[in-house]
Amino acid sequence: MRNKRSAVAVALATALVISGCGGAGETPADGGQKGEAAPGVTDTEVVIGTHQPLTGPAAPGYSKISVGARAVYDHLNDGGGINGRKITYKVEDDGYNPTRTVEVVKKLVLQDKVFAIVGGLGTPTHSKVLDYLTAEGVPDLLVSSGALMWNSPDKHPNTFGYQVDYTREGKVQGQYIKEKFAGKKVGLLVQGDDVGADTQKGLDQFIKPQIVARKTYDPANTDVTPQLSALKAAGAEVLVCECIPAFTALTILTSLKLGYRPQLVVSSIGADPATLTGLVEQFAKQGGSEVSGGALLTGVIGTRYLPSSRAADDPWTKYFRGIHDKYIPKEPFTDTLLYGMVQAYTFGQVLKAAGRDLTRQKLMDAMSSGELKGPGLTPFAFSKDDHAGYTGAMVFRIAADGNVETLQEPRVTDRETGEVTPYEEKRSTPEEISLVGQ
Amino acid sequence: MLRRLPPSATHLLAALAGLVLLVLLTFLTDPFTNLRIATVGYYLIAVAGLALLTGFNGQISLGHGAFMFIGAYTVALLVLRVPALPIWVDLLLAAVAGGLAGLLAGAAAARLRGPYLAGATLALAVGLPAVTQRFPDLLAGSNGLSFTVNSQPAALSAVPATRWQAWIVWLAVLLALVVLANLARGRLGRTLRAVRDDEVAASLAGIHVGRTKILAFLVSSACGGLAGGLQAFLLGTAAPGSFTPALSLSLLAALVLGGLGSLWGALWGAIALVYVQVWTDDLAELFSLRSNLSDNLPLALYGVVLIVIVLAFPAGIQGGLHKVWTRVRRPAPSHRGEQ
Repeated sequence: MRNKRSAVAVALATALVISGCGGAGETPADGGQKGEAAPGVTDTEVVIGTHQPLTGPAAPGYSKISVGARAVYDHLNDGGGINGRKITYKVEDDGYNPTRTVEVVKKLVLQDKVFAIVGGLGTPTHSKVLDYLTAEGVPDLLVSSGALMWNSPDKHPNTFGYQVDYTREGKVQGQYIKEKFAGKKVGLLVQGDDVGADTQKGLDQFIKPQIVARKTYDPANTDVTPQLSALKAAGAEVLVCECIPAFTALTILTSLKLGYRPQLVVSSIGADPATLTGLVEQFAKQGGSEVSGGALLTGVIGTRYLPSSRAADDPWTKYFRGIHDKYIPKEPFTDTLLYGMVQAYTFGQVLKAAGRDLTRQKLMDAMSSGELKGPGLTPFAFSKDDHAGYTGAMVFRIAADGNVETLQEPRVTDRETGEVTPYEEKRSTPEEISLVGQ
Repeated sequence: MLRRLPPSATHLLAALAGLVLLVLLTFLTDPFTNLRIATVGYYLIAVAGLALLTGFNGQISLGHGAFMFIGAYTVALLVLRVPALPIWVDLLLAAVAGGLAGLLAGAAAARLRGPYLAGATLALAVGLPAVTQRFPDLLAGSNGLSFTVNSQPAALSAVPATRWQAWIVWLAVLLALVVLANLARGRLGRTLRAVRDDEVAASLAGIHVGRTKILAFLVSSACGGLAGGLQAFLLGTAAPGSFTPALSLSLLAALVLGGLGSLWGALWGAIALVYVQVWTDDLAELFSLRSNLSDNLPLALYGVVLIVIVLAFPAGIQGGLHKVWTRVRRPAPSHRGEQ
C-alpha cells in the first residue's frame, strides 16, 4: 500500500508540473487590451458599477456615498438620461476587505458586464483591482481615494483619480501649519498604507523639522490608544490626522479619554463635520457614555476641495440640496453625501461629453480632454498625461454651532515640489454645465 | 467492487471523479460562477483542515484565518520576489509555511485545552495580521500586496482565466483532500479520535498525546496555508484586511454547519459560506430592500441558517444527510413492524 501511495504521489506531482510549467510571476507572452466593444451599453441604458464599504470598519460615514450618487443618477434618469441613455448604477459591498473587493469587481465585470467602474472606494481595496481592470480594458473613473497610484497613465491608462491627491493635500496642510503654528510640535496619525506615505511627502516639504512623532493605524483594529499615548508622550501640540471618518472619531474620543487636547488637523477624507458628530456620539454611546459631538468637534481644522454641505449660498450646494430634498429627504445632508453627488454628476458630464456613439475609448478621451469643469472648489488636473483629480484644497475650522468657517481660500499645487498658489478663477455654475432638460 | 480496493485508492478514485465533475461544471457555468466555484474550493480545504483538528482531535481553533494569512503572503511574496517559480511550488511552499507556523502554535497549544486554547488561537488571528504594520517595506502595511499570477500555459490561452484558475484550485484541493482522507481513515485518524475521546486512556494505550495534538495542528494549519495560498493565487492579493478574526470565526461556523465529524461536512460548510451570501444578496435585490437592511442581511441569515441546522441536526448538514441516507437504506425495524 505504501508503494502504491508513493507511486500515486509521483504521478500527481508530475501532472502538476506539467500543468504549470511557466513561472507564476513571469509576464505572459501576450495579454493586454481587449477590443473596442462597449459592454453594458444598449440604446437606452448604460450599466456602471462600483465597490463601496457598506458594512465593516469604513462603513460608518462612507456607506452614504453611494446613496448620494444614486440620487443624482435618479435625477439624471428622470430628466431623460444622458444622450438618451438611462444610467443603471450597481453598488457592491466589499466591507473594505480587499479580498471581497476583488470578488465583487470581478462580478461587476464578468457577470454584470458593466461599461465602467465609477468611484471604486478605498486605497487598500481598489489597489487590488487596478491591474485586473487595466488588463480587461475597463474604464476606472473617479477612484475614491487620494493615493498617487491612480495617476499613472503609462501603467494604468484607464484609471483616473477624483479627490485631491494626498501629497497635494499634505502640501496645503503643511504650508498652513508652518504659517499658523510656527515652532509647534506636530504629530501624525495616518492609515498604515499609501494614505500615510503619500501625505508625508507633502507635509515634509514644509514641516519636517516640526514633526516629532508619526504613528500608523490599521483599519481592522479600532483601538488607537497606543498610538495616541505615544503622540501625547512625544508632546505633539498639533495632531495631523489622515484618517477615515471612523478613525477621526476614534481619535477624538481616545484623546479625550487620555486627557490629551492637541489642535487637530484632519484631511478631507475624514473631516465631514456632520458625519463626525454622528460617529463621535454613536461610538461614545457604544462605550457607555454620553458626549456632545458638537462640543468635541469645535475648533477642529480640516481641508476640503468640495463645497460644504453647510454653505447655503453656494450654487452647487443649493443645486444638490434640491436633488437631496426630492430623492432622499430622510438622509442627513452631509459632506459625505455631497461627495457622492459631485462624483456622480462629474461622471454624468463625462458620459455626455463622450457622445451618443458610446465606446470605452470615447469615455476615456472625454475624461482626458481637459474640458471637465466641476462642482469642486479647485480644477481637475485631467489631461492625456495627467490622471490626477482635484488639484488643491481650502482650509476650514468647525465652529461651535456646527457650521464651518473658512480659514484659507482654495490653493492649488502639484504632486512634486511646485509652489502652493491661491486659486482665483471663477467656478462654473450649475446652469453652465446643466445635464438635464436640454 | 470498490470495497475491495484499499481506502487510499478509493479516495484517489473519488478525487479523480470529483475533478472530472468539476471540470464539467466549469464548462457549464459562466466565468464568474467559475470564480465562485474556485472560492468554494479554497474554503473547503481550510474547513477540512479545521475538521481534522476540531472534529477529529477535539482542539478548538479560533485562529485558523492566521494560517490562511501566512499562506497568502507566502504566495504573494514568492510571486513578487521569485517570479520564476511555477505556481505549484508557490502553493506547496504556502502549505509548508502554514504547517511550520502550525507546528509552533501546536507546540504551545498542546499544553492548553478548551477555552484557553480557543483564546490563544484567537490571539493569533487578532495579532498576526498586524505584522504587516511592523514591516511596511516588505509587506506593504494595510495596503497589502497585489500581483498578477500568470500560470496559464500558452496552449490553453483560449480557456477563460477564471475557468483555468478553478481547475488549479480544485486540483490542489482534491489532492490535499486525498491526503487528509487517508490520514483520517488510517492510524493517525484513530489516534486523533482516541486523544479526543479520552486523553488518559489514550496515553495508557501508548499514544503520545502531546505529539498527536501537535501533529493535528501541523496538518490542519498546512491546509490553512494552502487555502490562503490558493486565495492569493485566485485573487492576486494578500492584504491584512482580508484576514480578520471574523474570517477565523466563519471558518469554524462553516465547520459546525457542515458537520464536525467528517470531511464531507467541510464541503457543505464551504458551499454555505459562499452561497448563503450570494443568495441573500439576490434576495435583497429581488425585494429591493432598504440598503441598511440588505447590507447586514447576509450575516444575519447565515446566523439563522446555522441555528436552524444545528437545532434540527446537531451533527450538521452531513449528520442530517447521513441520517436520511440510513433511513432510506434500512427502514427502522419498528416502522416495518407496523406495516
